Amino acid sequence: MSAPRVGSTLPDLMADSASRLSLFEKIWRQHCIAQDSDESSAVVAIDRVFLHERTGSVALKSLAARGTPVLDPKRVFCTMDHIVDTLPGRGDETMMPGGKQFIVETRAAARAAGIRLFDIQDPEQGIVHVVSAELGIALPGATVVCPDSHTCTQGALGALAWGIGSTDAEEALATGALRMRKPKSMRVWFDGHPAVGVTAKDLSLALIARHGSAGGNGCVVEYSGAAIDAMDIESRLTLCNLTTEFSAVTGLIAPDEKTLAHLAGRRFAPSGEQWPAAVQSWHGLRSDPGAAFDLELRVDAAAIAPMVTWGTNPAHAVAVTGRVPSLEQSGTSREAYERALSYMDLQPGVALSSLKIDAAFIGSCTNSRLSDLRRAASVLKGRHVAPGVRAICVPGSTNVKKLAEQEGLDEVFRQAGFEWREAGCSMCFYAGGESFGYRQRVVSSTNRNFESRQGPETRTHLASPETVAASAVRGYISDPRELQG
Amino acid sequence: MQPFTTVTSVAAPLIRANVDTDAIIPSRHIKTVGRTGLAVGLFAGWRYSDPREEVPNPDFVLNQARYANARILLGGDNFGCGSSREHAVWALIEYGFRAVIAPSFAPIFFGNSIRNGLLPVVLPASCISEMAGRDPVTVDLTQCQVSAPGVGPFPFDLEPLAREMLLEGLDSVGVALKNRAAIGAFIERDAVARPWIYLS
Repeated sequence: MSAPRVGSTLPDLMADSASRLSLFEKIWRQHCIAQDSDESSAVVAIDRVFLHERTGSVALKSLAARGTPVLDPKRVFCTMDHIVDTLPGRGDETMMPGGKQFIVETRAAARAAGIRLFDIQDPEQGIVHVVSAELGIALPGATVVCPDSHTCTQGALGALAWGIGSTDAEEALATGALRMRKPKSMRVWFDGHPAVGVTAKDLSLALIARHGSAGGNGCVVEYSGAAIDAMDIESRLTLCNLTTEFSAVTGLIAPDEKTLAHLAGRRFAPSGEQWPAAVQSWHGLRSDPGAAFDLELRVDAAAIAPMVTWGTNPAHAVAVTGRVPSLEQSGTSREAYERALSYMDLQPGVALSSLKIDAAFIGSCTNSRLSDLRRAASVLKGRHVAPGVRAICVPGSTNVKKLAEQEGLDEVFRQAGFEWREAGCSMCFYAGGESFGYRQRVVSSTNRNFESRQGPETRTHLASPETVAASAVRGYISDPRELQG
Repeated sequence: MQPFTTVTSVAAPLIRANVDTDAIIPSRHIKTVGRTGLAVGLFAGWRYSDPREEVPNPDFVLNQARYANARILLGGDNFGCGSSREHAVWALIEYGFRAVIAPSFAPIFFGNSIRNGLLPVVLPASCISEMAGRDPVTVDLTQCQVSAPGVGPFPFDLEPLAREMLLEGLDSVGVALKNRAAIGAFIERDAVARPWIYLS
């Protein structure tokens, strides 16, 4: 390995402005402390580290065992989201076997390291990727890492944010930087405007269905186009969140006036004299016209319908009005196709709308923000879930829960027959505690329909919150547009 | 971390696309804050007929006698997708695997493998199919090539940093700590340029 050229790669931003760089390239260069002579890997400065009790606990514990301190605890945040129960009156005890240990050890390690922890009773507790955007922890042009694959969510704010393992988290905590290989770059254009009832979730599922769940493998994916320009911040968070299901390193959206409006006044966002200086520095955070990407894709957002998955991978998605594809239509291998159909107990050609569901779930870092809950509530208002359907809503953060309750959304959910929970990841994944049960068919606003992800052999259909709400009401997978306005 | 130079072994074929980390180590098998005790949960959903009883499923590749001592796993596209859980890599290593050969890997899994001494080898699907069943397979990191009797050698790429980490069995955090001076100098300059990043 050649010696890193320490200090030789400081960016000259004035020169860059004339040389057609992508947004990713600009952030990368600004954070590149040293790189190999062939530029295949670099030491990249890390501005923010976020941890949670599931995977952050291991990193903190290992670091403490080395006797190595956290370099700058003020730039590290930790939350309780993965293991903590979401039932009212919760404490350290959890339904997950061994779960309490994760909570107790994370708390002790975070305190010992001097890290800010959003603990179970904290009014700012919530899912890491919801809290991060809510509190202005992720910022435009900043690098953010977390030992969690959905860290890519924060790209919606113009941050270069990506998921890492626990060992990399240790490295970032100890050194304030990460050695990593340089990702490839991709640009996805969403042209036109999605129809009413079509959300960021549907755009993402349509993209992944068309290009495969490895379609963005190893890339930083920048989303651009008219649909992105018009999209609100919470929808952008949903879109970027699902970029990991595209096998990408992360997703990224250039910051604009909406980003600034979102960030202004947030607790950890720049304030006072620093705010105008930060805004000034963020103005150049966009891909220059003609910037080169390793790959570019175009998608007509106007042609996309509400999507729902039929199989065991996010790429196994079709329009909610559609049918289970044939092998030829599915774009998968015979083995994967037959396996998915068998697991999901489906036959080719069956209409998705003919599938009776056992449960409905609204929550997760993908779709648990206030706007998600509002849209689902607008479908549920004055209606009730079908008999026999278990329906659960888990707000993404304690703050989202509070704001939703101020608007009376909790009453809409409760009166419709939904359970209204405390904030957390909840049943997005099954860890041996609470689950939807053996072979139950669930329509879910989450991000992974993998085998047994939500329970033992549970059959998950991913969809937008409004599609979940409509399906809960009908008792069958349903097109939300039939119940909207 | 155990250095990786050359490994020769039967290679267990699990050639399916999108083998996710939930499949490699289901969350319910991550029971403690640590890196061990995970091998029993490796591929639990597929390996056992009844996950609660842990009765082996005779149809699953790792339960077949010829693959009992496999140190190499042959995989499909996008191996290790999904959750960032490093437990997937720790479980594979604890079970005995030293290398996974697949046409592509999910990025987080790839990085986690390098940091723990599990060699991720990227080879075209056609090479992997050719090798399946032609044991033993040899993965040679010193030459960056894979071969099996009558098949190959197939060269593979790995960036220099990752290769050195694996060949030397380096502790990645220990190596990274050597960069502290350069990082400190960067931070000093950056705190002037972007003071809002450095919270007080």
